[in-house]
Amino acid sequence: METTVLLNKTIELDKDGHLANREDWSEELAQELAYQVEVGELNDKHWTVINFMRNEFEEKGDAPSIRKLNKQSGVSTKELYQLFPKGPAKKAAKIAGLPKPKGCI
Amino acid sequence: MKKIVILGGGTAGTIMVNKLCKALSPADWKVTIVDKEETHHYQPGYLFIPFGIYGEDDVVKPKKNFFPKEADIIISEIDLIDAPNNCVYLKNGNVLGYDYLIIATGSEIRPDEIEGMVDKLWNKSIFDFYTLNGALALAEFLKTWEGGKLVLNIAEMPIKCPVAPLEFVFLADDYFKKKGMRDKVDIILVTPLDAAFTKPIAASELGGFMREKGIKLVTEFSIGSVDNDAKKIISWDDREVDFDLLVTIPTNMGIEAIERSELGDELNFIPTDKETLQSKEWENIFVIGDATDLPSSKAGSVAHFESDILFENIMSAINGEPLKAKFDGHANCFIESGNGKGLLIDFNYYTEPLPGKFPIPGIGPFSLLKESRMNHLGKLGFRWLYWNVLIKGRELPLEPQMSMAGKYVPKTIENETIEENP
Repeated sequence: METTVLLNKTIELDKDGHLANREDWSEELAQELAYQVEVGELNDKHWTVINFMRNEFEEKGDAPSIRKLNKQSGVSTKELYQLFPKGPAKKAAKIAGLPKPKGCI
Repeated sequence: MKKIVILGGGTAGTIMVNKLCKALSPADWKVTIVDKEETHHYQPGYLFIPFGIYGEDDVVKPKKNFFPKEADIIISEIDLIDAPNNCVYLKNGNVLGYDYLIIATGSEIRPDEIEGMVDKLWNKSIFDFYTLNGALALAEFLKTWEGGKLVLNIAEMPIKCPVAPLEFVFLADDYFKKKGMRDKVDIILVTPLDAAFTKPIAASELGGFMREKGIKLVTEFSIGSVDNDAKKIISWDDREVDFDLLVTIPTNMGIEAIERSELGDELNFIPTDKETLQSKEWENIFVIGDATDLPSSKAGSVAHFESDILFENIMSAINGEPLKAKFDGHANCFIESGNGKGLLIDFNYYTEPLPGKFPIPGIGPFSLLKESRMNHLGKLGFRWLYWNVLIKGRELPLEPQMSMAGKYVPKTIENETIEENP
């Protein structure tokens, strides 16, 4: 199991580099993760997306797709790409402490 | 008299109607199949049409040739599925009640989901090959095209037949070589994925082919719009790719009747138990083929393997028994690599495509994840099997469950990519 040290704490990661244990997540940690994936300082819009994702995951057991975020979170696809450049669904899931959204094959 | 209604007479629906009519007594059961089209299309054949290898006659036959005489056949579009009241409203005015409903309505391309796609360049410099008309129009265009930038773009996942984009660029490379104009064509595959394919071992193998053939790859590109005047596609994060010829694989979605019936997710695919194929919401509705939201490939081989599982589970449901058969996500796809050769991949929910021999371990005759002439012949021969055996619901000597026999895991990636099969 891979680990990383964030906020002076050793944290376990899954095979995609996302948090292995969701209980390790905190708002401060989310900010650290955001710096790691080059999203930078989190603003209110970022938090709208992150909170929407966490609620969806709680209900459905899977992180939502970009299409669903666009339809239901009130943040448009265009904005999602500005907030989380290059792959918003993947990056936002990582910052939200959720596993990588299930891949489609 | 009890009633089973099957919506959709494509690969999955046609196999199911044949299996059910054979097993159920017509005195006790009425089996009805509904489809909007009179003709059955061999969709894997669309790929060959742009390059003049197949024509329309190779891929189209009357549907009635493949339906059993015991079945009630209705040609109509579907208006609405009223699941709480167990009935389906058709556009032709019919209302069909059911005891069990099988939804096999597939997926369709939606170029209208992308801004600027269906505009003044549509069917002039922008084509699809996921419809018969698109593939035929592209064939006409290619006959006289003098070259330039050929961009193959995948809009978003999931798509039907995830290997088709790769096959298209491989065959295009071959086609232009044979025409003596490969040096006049730049072939670029533009994908939202981070590699040539979704699965790491196959992606690395297929990526190698792309490099050998001089095909360029642009990754993590999610198309936002098409600029018809400047002839470029633009991603949501403002990257641009110029084209002279754009071949698009647009957004794939379930049919609109699913949305109207409030049975689908944001792409109109129906939440389905990935093992039993029962609808997650309605006990007497089952879903098969591209219409499901399963994390498996959307492909004919998947529909075929699912049909064995679904048949067993429907029979269990009819007899009041628990649903015992479990689908493992098995898919099996021939991949054309050009120059009369091909690859074969075989995988499921838990195991990605691996090298080896298929179906007989150590012998083959097909090689997994490796280029061979035999694999290409297998792909061409499959069309005969499809029309004559597969969709008629006859047995093929292939188990629905994937087998690890004859496969091996390349040493370098062992432990990393293989998940436990529960």
